[in-house]
Amino acid sequence: MKPPPFQYHDPKTLAEAVGLLGTLDNAKLLAGGQSLMPMLNMRFVLPDHVIDLNLVEGMAGIKETDGVLEIGAMTRQRELEFSDLVAAKCPLLHQALMHVGHRQTRNRGTIGGSLCHLDPAAELVTVCMAHDATIAVAGPGGTREIAFADFPAGYLTPAIELNEIVTAIRIPVWPAGHKAAFIEFSRRHGDFAIVSAAALLQIDGGRITRASLTIGGVAVAPVRATEVEQAIVGQAPTSELFAKVCESCRSFEAMADIHASAEYRQHLAVVLARRALEKAADLADNAPWNRAH
Amino acid sequence: MNARMLIGQPVHRAEDSRFLKGAGRFVDDLAREGMLHAVVLRSAVAHGRIRGIDATAARAMPGVHAVITAADISAALGNVPVIPLRLANLPEFKGYLQPVVAGDKVRYVGEPIAVVVAETQCIAEDALDKIAVDIERLPALPDRHAAAADASLLFEAAGSNRAVRYEAKFGDADAVFAKAEYTRKEKFRCHRLTGLPLETRGQIAEWDKDKKRLTVFGATKVLFFNRRTLAPMLGITEADIDMIEVDVGGGFGVKGEFYPEDFLIPFVARTVGRPVKWIEDRREHLVATNHSREVDCELEIACRRDGTILAMRGHITADMGAYIRTNGGVVPAKAAQFLPGPYRIRDVGLTVEAFVTSKTPVGTLRAPGRFEANFFRERLLDIVAADLGLDVMDFRRKNLIQETELPFATGKLVPYEPETDFDTGDYHVTFERAVAEIGWDQNKALNGKLVDGRYRGLAAVPFVESGGSGKENSRLVIEKDGTVSVYVGSSVLGQGLETTLAQVAADTLKLPFEAIKILHGSTTYLKEGFGTFASRSMVVGGCAVMDGCNNLLAAIRVAARERLGFPNEEIEIADGVVAAGGKRAGLTEFAGLEVEGSFSTTTRTYSYGAHACHVAVDPRTGHVDILDYVAIEDVGVAINPHIVHGQAIGALVQGLGGVFLDQIMYDRDAQMLNASLADYLVPLATDFANVRAITMELRRSKTNPLGAKGAGEGGMVAVAATIANAVAAALKPLGVEVCDLPLSPARLWGLVNGASLARKS
Repeated sequence: MKPPPFQYHDPKTLAEAVGLLGTLDNAKLLAGGQSLMPMLNMRFVLPDHVIDLNLVEGMAGIKETDGVLEIGAMTRQRELEFSDLVAAKCPLLHQALMHVGHRQTRNRGTIGGSLCHLDPAAELVTVCMAHDATIAVAGPGGTREIAFADFPAGYLTPAIELNEIVTAIRIPVWPAGHKAAFIEFSRRHGDFAIVSAAALLQIDGGRITRASLTIGGVAVAPVRATEVEQAIVGQAPTSELFAKVCESCRSFEAMADIHASAEYRQHLAVVLARRALEKAADLADNAPWNRAH
Repeated sequence: MNARMLIGQPVHRAEDSRFLKGAGRFVDDLAREGMLHAVVLRSAVAHGRIRGIDATAARAMPGVHAVITAADISAALGNVPVIPLRLANLPEFKGYLQPVVAGDKVRYVGEPIAVVVAETQCIAEDALDKIAVDIERLPALPDRHAAAADASLLFEAAGSNRAVRYEAKFGDADAVFAKAEYTRKEKFRCHRLTGLPLETRGQIAEWDKDKKRLTVFGATKVLFFNRRTLAPMLGITEADIDMIEVDVGGGFGVKGEFYPEDFLIPFVARTVGRPVKWIEDRREHLVATNHSREVDCELEIACRRDGTILAMRGHITADMGAYIRTNGGVVPAKAAQFLPGPYRIRDVGLTVEAFVTSKTPVGTLRAPGRFEANFFRERLLDIVAADLGLDVMDFRRKNLIQETELPFATGKLVPYEPETDFDTGDYHVTFERAVAEIGWDQNKALNGKLVDGRYRGLAAVPFVESGGSGKENSRLVIEKDGTVSVYVGSSVLGQGLETTLAQVAADTLKLPFEAIKILHGSTTYLKEGFGTFASRSMVVGGCAVMDGCNNLLAAIRVAARERLGFPNEEIEIADGVVAAGGKRAGLTEFAGLEVEGSFSTTTRTYSYGAHACHVAVDPRTGHVDILDYVAIEDVGVAINPHIVHGQAIGALVQGLGGVFLDQIMYDRDAQMLNASLADYLVPLATDFANVRAITMELRRSKTNPLGAKGAGEGGMVAVAATIANAVAAALKPLGVEVCDLPLSPARLWGLVNGASLARKS
């Protein structure tokens, strides 16, 4: 388990990194390395060049401007986990981070790396889908933004060009007092989820006024349960309502692998959708699946 | 032994300081002058005929020193050696042994085809890609059903994929079944998994061409057997080989057996004339190191209506993988032997069949056969109790062997072992303790009840577990500073023997713990040693140390009289002082005094105990939460309760992994689907928080002067049985039975979903 020979580059500026990526053939970007390094060692990827982004200035950081949380692509997951700003403004992201790998991997893993690897069950991918995030990328032609709904192009494949680098993630925050719940079902804590669910609710006067429900791990990219979202807006949050409307998640197109069949994933989508909504709406405080890790 | 000062005390492990400070020295920490690195080219095809191997390009790469194939070995030695059996040496297995490298055929994915030796591991791995292997694919045999058809033969000369079929009996089960009031038959299956020590296999082999001597670092478990095996393969004598054990990061039965690499690396080291290191990587480990457990069972029981068990018949069928390895036959043999368990069953009829398939070969894994057999039997007992309307605990109490019935003859259920008896114990005490610890009386009403959306289930099952027999040696030397060096034949794979054997020696010699040094793991230390397996190192190895200590005391007395003119009366030896009739001498005066010790028994110890648990099953996800789990075991004498407890908890968590997580999966082409730790799931430290172990010292073993019984595997033997019964109790309202392992969430949800679909239709 050693990688084949490759050439290593460590640019100091984004312009330099974009320049290298645009001119080198068969190059791979190295962010936190939590997926790329094992893939290199197992010879699943065979790049001629590895461009290390860890020394590039200005690619990490968290700030809020005009209701948008802007996170540099090289921001470590561990930094996000301990960010008061994230906890206050984007509780869904905060909750999701508790499920991302292990402390050791979060120390190195970056949000941009996770999004670009685009594992279908990755927590951060699911959160971005739930929050209608925007991805900022830089390429030889300048910068552009991609709505997250358009970001997944397929299994493990982001919709960016080979010469583009993700530089930041912009998450529009929900109003203060909104409800958020991130839950997942995995074989062991810290594993990629078999299925995860992210729920955001705004409840005013006892009625749901805005809803976002995203299911991760079922399809090649997280899916927004728009049918459920539409059905619950305007309604009072109840377990009965959630149980009824979440059945629609069973019709999601689902993957199968050695850990779970498509049918089991579809079933888990229904179960976790309901549980996430219940948790967000404070309907299931004592349920075992809501216990903190 | 009079004063027991250290035996029984929770002495801190002497080895911990070294490990915790990162000062352990494992084989990969070693480097030798001029050392090269080897990697192994492994078959990517499950079953095929090798038409050609072209290593020209690889040999031409800069930094590559050698590429060795079967042809090179044949040219040098006249043949390609075959790995012999160490245990379960049945004559039927002779035609199914593994050559040290594939020559004409490959029979599993991962089988060695060639070895590359290069300046670095990176270069060696690059060279692997340059070797062209032309293999004519033959039909894969992904399971024992495919093998049984004999449509494609793994070993044409053997004529069948069935490596063995034998029957073993005690009493006359058929006669009892013929007139029984009640009989019940069920099929059960245990899946394939492996031991997965944190440290993979590895070694450094060094050939001294002037002295014509071979040194192998990284040997473990059974060094002397491996030396005895390797010497004739290389055409040298045992005395020409030193096997050196360094720190070992876990074995669990799978590490230290004689594998192909145990020949290949020494052979290539001799060929290139430089030290060669080989460290197995994790992907290799999962396809190359022994798998275990893949056994299924048709089990049948005959009872009176009142719940008296009369007879048992069992048919064990094992998937052995592609070859019968050194101890592979132990797995089905023990799965059969332990089917009757700790119950009064005097008529037993067993059939064992073992098939070769085109998968990684099987060997022993902690609690071999027992994990499986207890699961099969205890599941059937619950099913029978439900049939007969009996309380599951009362049903067990009624049939559990009473102390007054011991020794209890169990006959000759293993063809390569003598008749055996359960020795000492009070099986009811440990069973009742488990029943009480889990709160059965208070909690049994919860069985099958939904609490917070989860079904609750409880179970308690008794077990009996065999441990150490055979021989072990020791050698003791008094050093110049008056301390005693104790050389042992036991191997140390992380189980704390440096501490526990020192406790035995210190007490026997009446010396402080610090005055004893345990030296293990080198074939230079002793003329012969037997190693570590089957929970034998304290029972047999500990008693060999004790015998050596007693011999040393006798030798000191003789020397005191003959050399120092001590009076001819009782000589007291304590705290390093030898005294009699007013004369005193320190142990330093006896420096250089050397004795040997040994211990041998053909009788196995039988530890026993019970496990109990309380689970909550989420019917919507199939997840099982363990609310409480307790493992009770009477080990006779716990030399170090701290270490015994660690063994029990470790075995328990490893067992829970085997029930819920660990699983090796193959597809129809016999390609392993999860050969990485991303997909082969082992329990992590946080996965099973609610586990308890209670060690009891109720009945000493009579087979050995320490009174000890094996203590390394009892935490594992009954885990599948206990969990499966608790889960089955939880899901009872749904009318489903749990007959297959693992209890993955997908499988349990499948059972629940199947039941709900059945109700709807």
